Amino acid sequence: MDIVEQIVSGNVRATARLLRDIDDEIPSARAILKELYPHTGKAYVIGFTGSPGVGKSTLVDQLATRFRKEDLTVGILAVDPTSPFTGGAILGDRIRMQRHFLDPGVFIRSLATRGHFGGLTKSTNDMVNVLDAMGKDVILVETVGVGQDEVEIANSAHTTVLVTIPGMGDEIQAIKAGIMEIGNIFVVNKADREGSRKTIRELRNLIELGAKRRNGDDWEPPIVETEAVKSRGMEDLHEAIRNHRSFLLSTHTEKWREVLEKRARIQLMEALREEAFRTILARMEKDGNSFDLMVDQIVEKQSDPYTLVQEIIAKEMG
Amino acid sequence: MGKDRKLRILVAKPGLDGHDRGARVIARAFRDSGFEVIYTGCHQTPEQIVNTAIQEDVDLIGLSILSGAHTYSFPRIMELLKESNAEDIRVIGGGIFPLEDIPKLKGIGIREIFEPGAKLKDITDWVEQNISPRKAVAFEGK
Ligand SMILES: Nc1nc2c(ncn2[C@@H]2O[C@H](COP(=O)(O)OP(=O)(O)OP(=O)(O)O)[C@@H](O)[C@H]2O)c(=O)[nH]1
Ligand SMILES: [Mg+2]
Repeated sequence: MDIVEQIVSGNVRATARLLRDIDDEIPSARAILKELYPHTGKAYVIGFTGSPGVGKSTLVDQLATRFRKEDLTVGILAVDPTSPFTGGAILGDRIRMQRHFLDPGVFIRSLATRGHFGGLTKSTNDMVNVLDAMGKDVILVETVGVGQDEVEIANSAHTTVLVTIPGMGDEIQAIKAGIMEIGNIFVVNKADREGSRKTIRELRNLIELGAKRRNGDDWEPPIVETEAVKSRGMEDLHEAIRNHRSFLLSTHTEKWREVLEKRARIQLMEALREEAFRTILARMEKDGNSFDLMVDQIVEKQSDPYTLVQEIIAKEMG
Repeated sequence: MGKDRKLRILVAKPGLDGHDRGARVIARAFRDSGFEVIYTGCHQTPEQIVNTAIQEDVDLIGLSILSGAHTYSFPRIMELLKESNAEDIRVIGGGIFPLEDIPKLKGIGIREIFEPGAKLKDITDWVEQNISPRKAVAFEGK
């Protein structure tokens, strides 16, 4: 069996190894992704984003349990930040997911951002495709919530869940309208804490302003109150996700199409950017035009990035 | 512009005691050396540790031990890795071990044992010198 067959048949080791190659940008991984692509499109992708510590991993853990009750298999991608100083990372989301470690129906992978902005890693979309091809029914993606930029997940997921906690009213106010527009479902977790009602009211007001614009008037983003550590509110959250899915799927077929297009667009763009860069770089090397030499030229003010890029494009792509 | 692969390490704590300060300290030291550390918390069974190591595709498992849990968990972990065809994942241990156990542990394939006196730098240096990220999956295309 080659690696493609292994992955499609659900082999954990093969899948795990390919994910590593994708993360490390090994060129041969692209050929494998290409072979896997026809096997994708079956999984339902749910993104979770929100500030650090609001309880995203705990929610993901609870939802995984909920989906397993329905006999759905679950893939989890959990992103944590890379240290900008050392390039290393401590990936700790698994701490909250221990009870799934022995379940063959759950595959969990921790990822580091590796300097990529926007809350996802550079290759999260490719990894979603691999878990999809591997046969996971539901894929849960937990992204680093940095406050402003976690918009990327909204382009990759079918349903995006924005997680907050009581007392974050000020913080929510400070968040640009843009981020409010990406949430299809809002969660106020840690509802055991004071101020939950107030936060819900504030959120409701903000949603009126922002979210409706993006979702169209026919999807009113629900606000779900949860206490993830005690599994409280999980049925409501599960139902909200189901409702959003049926909204996309059945009542408005053009909505489903929109989501598919959005995901296809982002993946095509990423693949093009990646491949174009790689191709040009390879040609430059072949022509003896060193990237490092150009860096030197910029540092020594003999040239500038814009001129050099024009020259490269004219020479290598002309 | 060939980039180096990142070393991925699972830091795990088998056994029943709920105290994981040592594991956290070593996890931070590994991060500060530029490695990606998967940290899973306390009370891990050998089965959980090996499943995690495989799903996360780590190069190394670092086991932190306090109270003699190694006599069961270390051999079991080595056994499970073998059963899963994952013997290329290396294992090291840190903590308090009876002196006579150390050769036994090395005998079953534990690469290195670090005792409480070991400096963090000795451990990270050892990893840098002895563990390298595994090779990419071979694929010829169709
Ligand atoms: N009181 C209370 N604590 C909670 C609740 N849900 C999660 N927590 C706790 O909040 C802390 C952070 O939870 P995580 O699930 O790790 O949060 P996260 O958003 O994934 O955190 P990062 O990945 O670090 O951004 C943990 O100590 C949880 O036990 C809740 O509903 N109520
Ligand atoms: Mg988390």
